[in-house]
Amino acid sequence: MTGTLSQPSPRPAATSLSSGLQSGQAQPGLGGPGLGQPGADPYGPKRPRPVGARTADDRLALAGSLAGSLGLVFVTYDRLLPFSGPVGFFVCWYLVFMLCYLAVSAMAHPRQVVVDRLLAALIHGAAAVVFGAVLSTIFYTFFRGYHAFLHLNFFTQAMAHTEETAPLSQGGILHAIVGTLIEIGIATCVALPLGIGTAVFITEVSGRFARVVRTVVEAMTAMPDILAGLFIYAVLIVKFHVQFSGFAAAMALSVMMLPIIARSSEVVLRVVPGGLREASLALGASRWRTVWRVVLPTARSGLATALILGIARGIGETAPVLICSGEATYFNANPFVEPMNSLPLFVYQGYESGITEMVLRAWGAASVLLAIILILFVTARILARSRPGRS
Amino acid sequence: MSAAISGPGGQATGPSPRRIFRGLMPADRVFFGVSWSVGTLVLIICGSIGLFLLLQLIPTVRAYGLHFFTQVNWDPYIGQIGVAAALLGTFEVALVAIVVSVPLALLTALYITEYAPQFLKSGLVSLIDLMAAIPSIIYGLWGFFLLTPRAEEVSRWLNTYLGWFPLFKVAGANPRAAVVSMASTYYGSVAIAGVVVAMMVIPMACAVMRGVFAQAPPGEREGALALGATKWGVIRTVVLPFGRGGIIGGTMLGLGRALGETIAVLTVIAVVFDINFRILRSGTITVASLIADRWNEATPGQLSALLAAGFVLFVITMAVNFIAAIFVTRSRSGASTEI
Repeated sequence: MTGTLSQPSPRPAATSLSSGLQSGQAQPGLGGPGLGQPGADPYGPKRPRPVGARTADDRLALAGSLAGSLGLVFVTYDRLLPFSGPVGFFVCWYLVFMLCYLAVSAMAHPRQVVVDRLLAALIHGAAAVVFGAVLSTIFYTFFRGYHAFLHLNFFTQAMAHTEETAPLSQGGILHAIVGTLIEIGIATCVALPLGIGTAVFITEVSGRFARVVRTVVEAMTAMPDILAGLFIYAVLIVKFHVQFSGFAAAMALSVMMLPIIARSSEVVLRVVPGGLREASLALGASRWRTVWRVVLPTARSGLATALILGIARGIGETAPVLICSGEATYFNANPFVEPMNSLPLFVYQGYESGITEMVLRAWGAASVLLAIILILFVTARILARSRPGRS
Repeated sequence: MSAAISGPGGQATGPSPRRIFRGLMPADRVFFGVSWSVGTLVLIICGSIGLFLLLQLIPTVRAYGLHFFTQVNWDPYIGQIGVAAALLGTFEVALVAIVVSVPLALLTALYITEYAPQFLKSGLVSLIDLMAAIPSIIYGLWGFFLLTPRAEEVSRWLNTYLGWFPLFKVAGANPRAAVVSMASTYYGSVAIAGVVVAMMVIPMACAVMRGVFAQAPPGEREGALALGATKWGVIRTVVLPFGRGGIIGGTMLGLGRALGETIAVLTVIAVVFDINFRILRSGTITVASLIADRWNEATPGQLSALLAAGFVLFVITMAVNFIAAIFVTRSRSGASTEI
């Protein structure tokens, strides 16, 4: 052991991974004061070996395969082969690229490297598809919705005195915007404390009953949104004669959001290291203080994500709102009386009507919905990060 | 050292050891009480939904008999009410959605945790969360206006060249026909609905998977690298085994969403009550979209039939979840992480 270490290794040692294994003699800079030899290291400053570094060979193989496959597909596709359309072009390009990359890599490298490269290409391709799809959704919505944005009355009027076929210069969606904000606000106030409370109950107060609650909540995450709506409709509206109102819709939304928030918060709380809890308890903190000061702050970022996912599911849900809030074309800020419209409901009705102007308004409302979600989203992200403490 | 342990007040030769208080502190008693009651309340809310739906099944089965489960058509005016077609459609749409979304979600989660450059990482995580935040109605519009024309193109290609494979065959469609007939043949099919639902499954599954992959122990990662593993080697030997629970859990969450998706499906499909195994052929129906489609015009008797259909859907999703929960509790990532 000492014989190998006294001989300097041919390359600078990888300090990030192996510094703990080597003795002070081999690494004078890192050794103790008594062991280290004075003088500069002859192999230059120690840097961690870059794990994911690409060589020129890596880069050229990738670029060459990309360019070669593009050229091949460009020449054959739609000219020699009986295929057409942009979708097919990209699919073919990707398949031919993978074959090229496989061949190029296999010429000079062992199997492990070939597999590594192909899977890297596969993973990058899949990620590109997913991110392309989500960006296309966002931009397409704003692209179709901007016609309605050009009219200021779209944001300041309701549809009460406007014909459906009237041009975009009349009427608007103010009633739907206000309705959505009120409904989601009530729903969040109900679902957030209950959801996180349930997650804390499941993870921190373990026991047989907590396991039962966990199983039921887990199963309930799969509950279709429309069933939550029907449940509230049958209980609140049919049995207790609550009106079709924003409050009933908010209750339906909170019933739907509750298991989602509880389940995703529980997943986050479960991966908080057990050692942190034990350290807090060993220092004499009570169980409550441990939860409040250690477990929840550690999981804060994850809990914010859980809340975002819950609100996101809630704010865009059409089905419970469709059943519980009723349709309203007029402005109504009171959640307890009279029907209340909301953005997803307005979008769905606009699409259903098939009238050109209403479809345009539906796209406009969809853009507003998306913009509200973007704003909420950025706010939640900033809140989750800006507090002091662990990230 | 020994002085620190015995403390300033306690001495080794003291009269008696300090009494240890083993009960709960008042704050903890309140904490346990409150969280116990929250758990009970949530259990009551969730349980009453299942119970309520179950109670609706009884009058329906009494009125329509067991034909309720085998009848294909849903036409209350001629006394035909059944969920066979809707159940089949629900399974087909969910299956297509899972087949499309789970590989994409898994690979995207791996991209974010393992491959993405550091400055992009948090942005991509936000983008995936944002994808979950996009409402289903917007995915429905996206599916109808943007996806459907492209999907019809791909459907036609699949039917033409892979039509020998039963799944891709569309009976009665002439693949060489002019483009005009394409719309009615391939529009609103199971495959299109499945892809739209997949857009909603991906972020849920991906968020769970990424969360677990990011928790993979760095010591084991570095150990694998030190032993000479490639990047994929690290993923295969450390990240994926550690994240198995997250993969199954994410798939489970996604399947739940896929089975119950209502509005997006209703927006893109052509409503047809039919036993149809051709996923590319126009027309299908799912249980959830059946409820949303027929709720408005239902009499009380039909409403309870719709709720009974909802109960069938409810039981299926519960069964799926219980099976998946067994896998998740066995996996390694279910255990608490040690530092």
